[in-house]
Amino acid sequence: MSVMKIKKFSFTYAGVDHPSLKSITLPIEKNKITALIGPSGCGKSTLLRSMNRIHDLYPGNKYDGKIELLNEETGKFENILEIKKENEFIKLRQKVGMIFQKPTPFPMSIFDNVAYGLRIAGIKNKTELKDRVETALKGSALWKEVHDRLDKSAMGLSGGQQQRLCIARAVAVKPEVLLFDEPTSALDPISTGAIEELIVELKNDVSIAIVTHNMQQASRISDYTAFMYLGDLIEYDKTENIFLNPKEKQTEDYITGRFG
Amino acid sequence: MEKIFQKLSLTSATLVFVLLIGIFLTLYSAAKPAIDEFGFDFITNPDWNKEVVLENLDDEAIIDEDDVAIADEDDAEIADEDDVILDEDEMLLDDEDETATKTIYGGLVPIVGTLLTTLIALAFALPIAMGIAVFLAEIAPKNISYVVGIAIELLAAIPSIIFGMWGLYYFAPIISDLFGGYQVSLLTAGLVLGVMILPFMAAITRDSMNTTPAVLKESAYALGATKFEVIKDIIFPYSKVGIIGSIILALGRALGETMAVAFLIGSVFVLPQKITDPTISIPVAMANNFGEASGLGESALFYLALILFIISFAVISLAKFYFLKKAK
Repeated sequence: MSVMKIKKFSFTYAGVDHPSLKSITLPIEKNKITALIGPSGCGKSTLLRSMNRIHDLYPGNKYDGKIELLNEETGKFENILEIKKENEFIKLRQKVGMIFQKPTPFPMSIFDNVAYGLRIAGIKNKTELKDRVETALKGSALWKEVHDRLDKSAMGLSGGQQQRLCIARAVAVKPEVLLFDEPTSALDPISTGAIEELIVELKNDVSIAIVTHNMQQASRISDYTAFMYLGDLIEYDKTENIFLNPKEKQTEDYITGRFG
Repeated sequence: MEKIFQKLSLTSATLVFVLLIGIFLTLYSAAKPAIDEFGFDFITNPDWNKEVVLENLDDEAIIDEDDVAIADEDDAEIADEDDVILDEDEMLLDDEDETATKTIYGGLVPIVGTLLTTLIALAFALPIAMGIAVFLAEIAPKNISYVVGIAIELLAAIPSIIFGMWGLYYFAPIISDLFGGYQVSLLTAGLVLGVMILPFMAAITRDSMNTTPAVLKESAYALGATKFEVIKDIIFPYSKVGIIGSIILALGRALGETMAVAFLIGSVFVLPQKITDPTISIPVAMANNFGEASGLGESALFYLALILFIISFAVISLAKFYFLKKAK
């Protein structure tokens, strides 16, 4: 079952003639991990950043088609590209969280970082905040390392810890979809392993889309893989099919390392 | 060649210290007579150039009498006109003194004037500068931000005497219409000073805000933050050090500003009772009185200069301290 349906989605950046995405149609399956792979400039990050409309922070981008998100209450799909009001954007981004390439701890304490999304969502009750921060940190396998220094600045954590903190921060607001934009590209192999394990665990609660440069990573953790090239979706299938038995020549060339 | 270059650069670096220490020492030695005479009471004494009758004649008093350059019986009149003081000065020299007097100098009025004008300037400029910086860094479209940015930099380049003229002829009447009181006053001087430090604060704060990584802001937006929340919770804390630095640098400029303030503060050695009263600041006191000062009066001006030097030095050291903390 899908949680998100991207339909004939095209995207052109402000001030550019050439579209970065050309009529992409792709589902994001519920409680599965969908990996977006492809060489640099293929549009995979652009596609990911369209899924929570973070692109709209910058004016002038043009897009076409539909990105539909399942409304859990009504069971209907709603086109997120029609969102115009700020409070609807806020709702969208609370439902569709995002983790970035570099860890992005806010200049505040560890506790306040994780509580940030909750506080701006209007949760003021201290015990509730405490509980949800603890749950989120435990869910991100960070609780043991930081429980005795929650009031310390998040800037003092290591890169891997910071990234898990960012995941905890995103998880705390209980999103339905989490978007990962190359979450381990700035991390060492051990931290990368920890984050990968975490992502696999998270899919019990959320649906995940992940952009990665690392094909081993895609094959290790994802259930579905989409291969993109120069703004086109070349092939989308179950991960094992993409890696073991690709239908398209370009996909095969890419995963066997012949280009890209 | 290498050695010559090394020696040369070392010499230039040393020169800075020599200059700094040299200036401090000359200020101190010139201020020495006043420091010896008035001590720290100078800072709390509101009377400048006041004739006081000595109770009993002693050696010290005789020396002082020689030093008396300007004298006046009525201290209210001192405040009014320099010319009057000069005239009476001459008269007094003709007149033989019956009672022994000495002239005392106190720095309270200019010190208070300096600190209050600076404070008013800061209170006025800070919120506006923050507003401009937020607008330029976060809200305005690029092309508008560019144009306004250039305007801000031009504002910073206007010579202070122009601010003084403009303030006196066009700004001061408006202020006195709005708030009553004198046209030249603490308030007028402080506000124009505020306009002068505004562009510095706005520009530095904007630059500092622009260093906030885009991905940090995106992270906050991705959690459902509004623009206001991003500015308040992410951009301000992130650029806090730069903002503090800009405040302290602006303070440094406001403390030492002479020309514009000289036009607007009224230049009277009277402790202000209201914000709309005229008074004087340290740089203005120095600029206005150097010509006529001699002896102890001159030394008292150097004492003021030393105090201003120390205040400015403290302010800049504070700024350095914050920038160093940022570097760590």
